[in-house]
Amino acid sequence: MIPSEPKITPELVAEHGLKPDEYERILTLIGREPTFTELGIFSAMWNEHCSYKSSRLHLRGLPTKAPWVIQGPGENAGVIDIGDGKAAVFKMESHNHPSYIEPYQGAGTGVGGILRDVFTMGARPIAALNALRFGDPKHPRTRHLVGGVVAGIGGYGNSFGVPTVGGLVGFHTRYDGNNLVNAMAVGLADADKIFYAKATGVGLPVVYLGSKTGRDGIHGATMASAEFGEGAEEKRPTVQVGDPFAEKLLLEACLEIMEAGCVVAIQDMGAAGLTCSAVEMGAKGDLGIELDLDKLPCRETGMSAYEMMLSESQERMLMVIAPGKEEQAEAIFLKWGLDFAIVGYTTDTLRFVVRHKGEIKADLPIKELGDEAPLYDRPWVETPKQQRVDPASLDITATIPGALERLIGSPDFASKRWIWEQYDHLILNNTVQRPGGDAAVVRVEDGPKGLAMTCDVTPRYCEADPFEGGKQAVAEAWRNLTAVGARPLALTDNLNFGNPEKPEIMGQLVGCLRGIGAAALELDFPVVSGNVSLYNETNGRGILPTPTIGGVGVLDDIEKMATLDFKANGETILVLGATTGWLGQSAFLSEILDREDGAPPPVDLPLERKTGDLVRGLINDGLVTAVHDVSDGGLLVALTEMALASGIGANLAAPPPDMNPFAFWFGEDQARYIVTVENSAKALVLRRAELAGIPVAKLGTTGGDRLHIAGERPIVVDALRERHEAWLPIYMGAGLM
Amino acid sequence: MKSAVLVFPGSNREGDVARALHMVSGVKPAMVWHADTALPQGTDLVVLPGGFSYGDYLRCGAIAARAPIMEAVRAHAARGGLVLGICNGFQILCESGLLPGVLVRNARLRFICREALLKVERNDTPFTRRYARGAIVRYPVAHGEGNYTADAATLKRLEEDGRVLFRYVMPDGHRDDAQVLNGAANSIAGIVSEKLNVLGLMPHPENHVDPLVGPTDGRALFESIVGALEKA
Repeated sequence: MIPSEPKITPELVAEHGLKPDEYERILTLIGREPTFTELGIFSAMWNEHCSYKSSRLHLRGLPTKAPWVIQGPGENAGVIDIGDGKAAVFKMESHNHPSYIEPYQGAGTGVGGILRDVFTMGARPIAALNALRFGDPKHPRTRHLVGGVVAGIGGYGNSFGVPTVGGLVGFHTRYDGNNLVNAMAVGLADADKIFYAKATGVGLPVVYLGSKTGRDGIHGATMASAEFGEGAEEKRPTVQVGDPFAEKLLLEACLEIMEAGCVVAIQDMGAAGLTCSAVEMGAKGDLGIELDLDKLPCRETGMSAYEMMLSESQERMLMVIAPGKEEQAEAIFLKWGLDFAIVGYTTDTLRFVVRHKGEIKADLPIKELGDEAPLYDRPWVETPKQQRVDPASLDITATIPGALERLIGSPDFASKRWIWEQYDHLILNNTVQRPGGDAAVVRVEDGPKGLAMTCDVTPRYCEADPFEGGKQAVAEAWRNLTAVGARPLALTDNLNFGNPEKPEIMGQLVGCLRGIGAAALELDFPVVSGNVSLYNETNGRGILPTPTIGGVGVLDDIEKMATLDFKANGETILVLGATTGWLGQSAFLSEILDREDGAPPPVDLPLERKTGDLVRGLINDGLVTAVHDVSDGGLLVALTEMALASGIGANLAAPPPDMNPFAFWFGEDQARYIVTVENSAKALVLRRAELAGIPVAKLGTTGGDRLHIAGERPIVVDALRERHEAWLPIYMGAGLM
Repeated sequence: MKSAVLVFPGSNREGDVARALHMVSGVKPAMVWHADTALPQGTDLVVLPGGFSYGDYLRCGAIAARAPIMEAVRAHAARGGLVLGICNGFQILCESGLLPGVLVRNARLRFICREALLKVERNDTPFTRRYARGAIVRYPVAHGEGNYTADAATLKRLEEDGRVLFRYVMPDGHRDDAQVLNGAANSIAGIVSEKLNVLGLMPHPENHVDPLVGPTDGRALFESIVGALEKA
């Protein structure tokens, strides 16, 4: 156990993740040596996870405004106006390190944390998504991590009662020893009833709500801001334990006391627990906060002030209650069986004061704790550009059907049904588009509006060219929303990178952010919330740069929503957008030729926008019967997914004679969509594409039970499905059920 | 029709079933808190919704079965009143002794959310009168502990008395106990009480009622209840 008041030594400072110059900064700021509790508070506030000290400078360049943005970054979650007096509240956040150390609890509490961020703002969560990256399937720990993370996400979300409707799962050896769990939640609120962390009013009670405080998760945020070496498992005590039942009660109780008009300010206790939430409430409201830890509901006896301030026990909230509303608020919480305790008051001193057992354990300037956190302009180098891959230079022994069969059954492309069937994706009875489509669609209340949502990023692209990769991640999210017929509105970003103290890693972060910013600006798709996860390295090797983009859009009428399955035999299959056969960094190169090189496909943002607007218009006017965006894997993988979803095959023409057939079928040119049209609508669709200036090519006709490219061996759709569905259950040792 | 939906701490499909009842019957059900001791006057139908009552950290439904409101539910059932328990509600009915048997962890130890095919074994009950006998319907399941089991004598009695109302079947319409999705004995998805007034089932008819969202096979179950109560 940690002794209550050890002497402050350079070693102790280093153990708290603070650099010598950061400690000097503390001494200057407070003019004396900090107490042990104060040292803990600084370590919690100034670690990378809470202070964004390496990324803040570059995050400022992101576009965050639009007429429909109610709240951008800086609060618990972003808020956008979706019309009819309603707002969508959403954010994505990582729980990477905890999920590697203890996958079930790490992933579960990741879901819990993001749900709390959303309902803290007064929104009822209506959907959850997650983006997962695991190491090489052959790595000895991967299977255990997949099983644990998936069970943890399901265990939390299913019990809490939010549908988990979408996401993405990928495998790559660069995530060996450092898997990624990015959890996203979307909530619905009345646009004029959003709650914030900013406290107002002096002498008002600061109330603690929810589960009791224990010794779990102490230093969780500091752990999450360090690299892993050997023995990462020994950090298990820093991982929190989730209780979705308590979270469900907390949700209902919070929404009820908000409705009753009791709440002035609210902040959940997430990373760095009580410290971070209390400081934020005070600092944002230009108020001081005084806490009396003797009043704190504790799960264990004998906890020190240090432990209470740094505990990351889950399912806890801090609120400032409106004058005279204490009794009403308390009655609501007691009804739900949750702890309710007045633990402090707001003051006009601008000090953060912590008392315990008659002693002052901390007395710090509250604004400076946040505002004076170190800010680094870390040195960075640009990632060297790679050459375009010339298809003619490739030595390909595979056949087109053979390559397709391998791709569709490979870890990244194989069906993820084994995973999403462990998530309750139907609860609340609003899931209009279930997992497996381009974007999930959830009905808003009784309709006709719907929200579309998706998670996207192609880490290979980001590694090869951070700027283009960052653009592409945003463009793909925008495209996936468009492909179901939604108007993309805003995004949340979850930036997962290695150690920012290395200039090449910092260069990846800077490049990706510039790309994200450029695309968000051009596509009118602002960033409204996000999270940064750095130091994703094990034994000195960084992950692939992975800036996951969570996009949200709105459909005015869910009955007009598009889906990707072929609808009938004899329909014309068109591709909108130009196909040049771009193979650099493609799945084909990686999976079939075992090489990951070349420049990734460039993203022409104005073209992306024009193409998307055309497609959305076609969907809205009912001119297309199926729509699917073309992303990694290229045209043939996209066509296969449309066939698999429907059981209908297709007869496809041979590629243009001047193009390498592998590059044609598997190239990953951006800004493309495949659509099917009835014969009666064909001329009109072609005309609309021509007017928009978007190239369109006929790929073939739907029909039959096989995919048949002229001149190639036909492949039975059911046989492809078997390959597609087989890999994950067999890998997880679960049989074929 | 007057219906009451019970709300336990940790219930989470109470809204889904309330919405389905409203949609089909035109009347909003009363939401009744677990700590209450009486049902609203004149309640015709009591629904125990899905969820994770009290977190289900003990045996599923074990704590809820002892909630104050359950005395009133037992009395309602004893009077012949209709009781419908879905998913966690089925688990609670078993734990409270209103239905025999128990629901244990799925055979493959994983939570399963997917559409299941069910055979409606009889249509002379208040819950199934709008289905054809032997109809194959699609309801989704969403459970981690839906593996129905009971001792051999109980199973035999249930079968002989025709109290298995819903059974999981394969696409060809036949049951296959070796392949059943959660390992349930005799592929049992739902059973009724001796007097046919208490139904417990694992799948969720309330999630298949709205054409805007998906299939509507579950609608007839609620229409059956409405019809039965009108007749009565």
